[in-house]
Amino acid sequence: MGTTRETGTTGKRTVRGTHRTRPLALGLAAVLGAGLLSGCADDGGSSAGADGKTTLSVGVFGVFGYKQAGLYDEYEKLHPGIRIQENSTERNEDYYPALLNHLSANSGLSDIQAVEVDNIAEVSRLHADKFVDMAKAGGVDKSDWLTWKWDQAKAPGGQVVGLGTDIGPMGVCYRKDLFEKAGLPTDREEVGMLWRGDWSKYVETGEKYMKKAPKGTAFMDGAAGLYNGAVASYPVKYYSADGKLVYKKSKAVRESWDLAMRAVDSKMTGRLKQFDKEWDQAYANGTFATVVCPPWMLGYIKEKAGDKGAGKWDVAAAPKPANWGGSFLTVPKGGKHEKEALKLATWLTAPEQQAKLFQKQASFPSAQTAYKLPEVKDAEHAYFDKAPIGKIFSQAAEGIPTTPLGPKDQIIKTTISDIGILQVEQQGKSPEEGWNAAVKKIDDVVED
Amino acid sequence: MTSSRTDPLPGARATTAPPAAGAAGRAHRQVRGGRRRHRWDARFSPYAFIAPFFLFFAAFGLFPLLYTGWASLHRVSLHDPTHMEWVGLQNFSRLLEDDFFWNALRNTFTIGVLSTVPQLLMALGLAHLLNYKLRGSTFFRVAVLTPYATSVAAATLVFAMLFGRDYGMINWALGLVGIDHVDWENGTWTSQLAVSAIVVWRWTGYNALIYLAAMQAVPHDLYESAALDGASRWQQFRHVTVPSLRPTILFTVVVSTIGATQLFGEPLLFGGSQTGGGSHQYQTLGLYLYEQGWFNFQLGRASAIAWAMLLILIAVGLLNWLIARRLGRTR
Repeated sequence: MGTTRETGTTGKRTVRGTHRTRPLALGLAAVLGAGLLSGCADDGGSSAGADGKTTLSVGVFGVFGYKQAGLYDEYEKLHPGIRIQENSTERNEDYYPALLNHLSANSGLSDIQAVEVDNIAEVSRLHADKFVDMAKAGGVDKSDWLTWKWDQAKAPGGQVVGLGTDIGPMGVCYRKDLFEKAGLPTDREEVGMLWRGDWSKYVETGEKYMKKAPKGTAFMDGAAGLYNGAVASYPVKYYSADGKLVYKKSKAVRESWDLAMRAVDSKMTGRLKQFDKEWDQAYANGTFATVVCPPWMLGYIKEKAGDKGAGKWDVAAAPKPANWGGSFLTVPKGGKHEKEALKLATWLTAPEQQAKLFQKQASFPSAQTAYKLPEVKDAEHAYFDKAPIGKIFSQAAEGIPTTPLGPKDQIIKTTISDIGILQVEQQGKSPEEGWNAAVKKIDDVVED
Repeated sequence: MTSSRTDPLPGARATTAPPAAGAAGRAHRQVRGGRRRHRWDARFSPYAFIAPFFLFFAAFGLFPLLYTGWASLHRVSLHDPTHMEWVGLQNFSRLLEDDFFWNALRNTFTIGVLSTVPQLLMALGLAHLLNYKLRGSTFFRVAVLTPYATSVAAATLVFAMLFGRDYGMINWALGLVGIDHVDWENGTWTSQLAVSAIVVWRWTGYNALIYLAAMQAVPHDLYESAALDGASRWQQFRHVTVPSLRPTILFTVVVSTIGATQLFGEPLLFGGSQTGGGSHQYQTLGLYLYEQGWFNFQLGRASAIAWAMLLILIAVGLLNWLIARRLGRTR
């Protein structure tokens, strides 16, 4: 850019005579100044390359797996004029604020931007005018998607800001060896029947487990995992259908909270915070028997439990269908290659590609048509004793309720888990103290 | 350096003088031009040299400072940072009754004391030891500096594992002597001790080297005469070394205090969350600012916290200045 060219001239000047230090200094200052200015310039967008190819940029967080599953390569082969470049940010906590910044500056946006389910309500409510309506894109068939997934990205005006990529229907992963020692059934069908239809039965199973628990083990990793699974199975969580914040009185929160407290009280939790180092170590040491797990967590468990846990894990259906996680692809308005980006986003989220992605990356499809494809229907997971994960999770996916989402869903959930439940579970406070602390924090966040 | 080279040699001037008037005049003009350029050069070059710093400072220091101040008087959401709604001093007045803010301030203070005091005392002791004639002294000097060279992230992750509840090495060692597992992260004092330990570990060596440098500047005669008067090593340390190090100690206190006020990376990575523990038991001001700005999306509030931190630092600076003046007087 401009900066490099200027450095070149000052470079030449220095060669001519060392006494010319003043212009050099001034030049340096100018270069640095120019550097500062050009630093503000837009470099996140896309461009037409020298070879006439159009480069489309895709902004994602974490590992979306499109590259790993070879989908970009496949698309480039189908469309020789297109080159795809992925800009990945490791954590959504960093990715999302940056996306908001780029949106309000209308600069630095990628041609396609991924949005996490916890942020989709906020985006569709506050920024709908900045995105292309995906419902009107060519080749998009609403009936391909699960209704609740499709509706999550719907703005109040009816526009759809993003197409669903993956979802996270929950199951329960459990250790067969520990179940056996505790005198519980180990077959996944029977295990699923232990708690079918009611999360409180899951806690009751825990009480049974604890009576004969192998020494040094707990029934579940932590109460927050239970809370998260239970609360997501209700049709109303934190916001009512008309967008009001109702978490203090909602049945979902109260019942799930009480269940979590009951689990803490009977000491069936490993007092672990999910995704902490200690949680990882507990997998390796096999100190808890169950964990509520969406498909994307299976790979994580396999990695952390390692060879030592091989052949011991299995996965059963959760008490009630519920969702945890998943994302959307959006196309910001006014990009240089809006049309091409729309085509790519549509292609990437089409049922066939979702099925391929599931096969290679275990991202569970949000397109229900994909469930009938062999890649999903016949899918088994070797580490989990060849559990038919395609079948288990698609059954769960179809039963997931349509839950109204609100802008602060994520922070409410993490505050109840990481402040409220954690205070009771790990810091020995009373349930009332824990709840009040969580409410105080949430009030502070949602207050204007 | 610049001036001597642009100035033509006096001898050269003398030889150009005799020839034809026109040429001489031209030469003269050239010389005068050269002189003028020389003066201009001498006067403005220094500014050009330091300009890059000030440009950078203006762009990355002063402008953000002022802009943050401006933002702190508004309601600003991360959703639309360019849209600001004037609220006057509300962001500051709400801080006064914000329990989370006072909690963070208290934590910052206690962690600051827990980390700075042992850090500087140990640094002083280390420096004293390093000041003896040692074999391989360079090795030891480099060794004490290595923690300083480690990144915050690496150090903190290792310490977080050491302080682990179930599988941490410290609890394992405590278990060997029959002490029950301590849940370091979940206790208020234990978590603050753990965070302080990271800070102490990283900065003790650095301060020790600063003290060592100052110690080596203490005239040797002082020790000799003290020794003649029968002062022991300890008495020499107390009555010769420490008084001579006063300005240096003051300097390290100021630098450590500034560092402690801005403490951020260690508590963030220790628990891996912006809340600083389930009860915010080790959430510092820096961490609270981060939470308000980047998790609650309240940039106006975050700016107000940033300015409150600045004001606290200015107050600490003033206090320090007063103490320094008093110390100077007593001497």
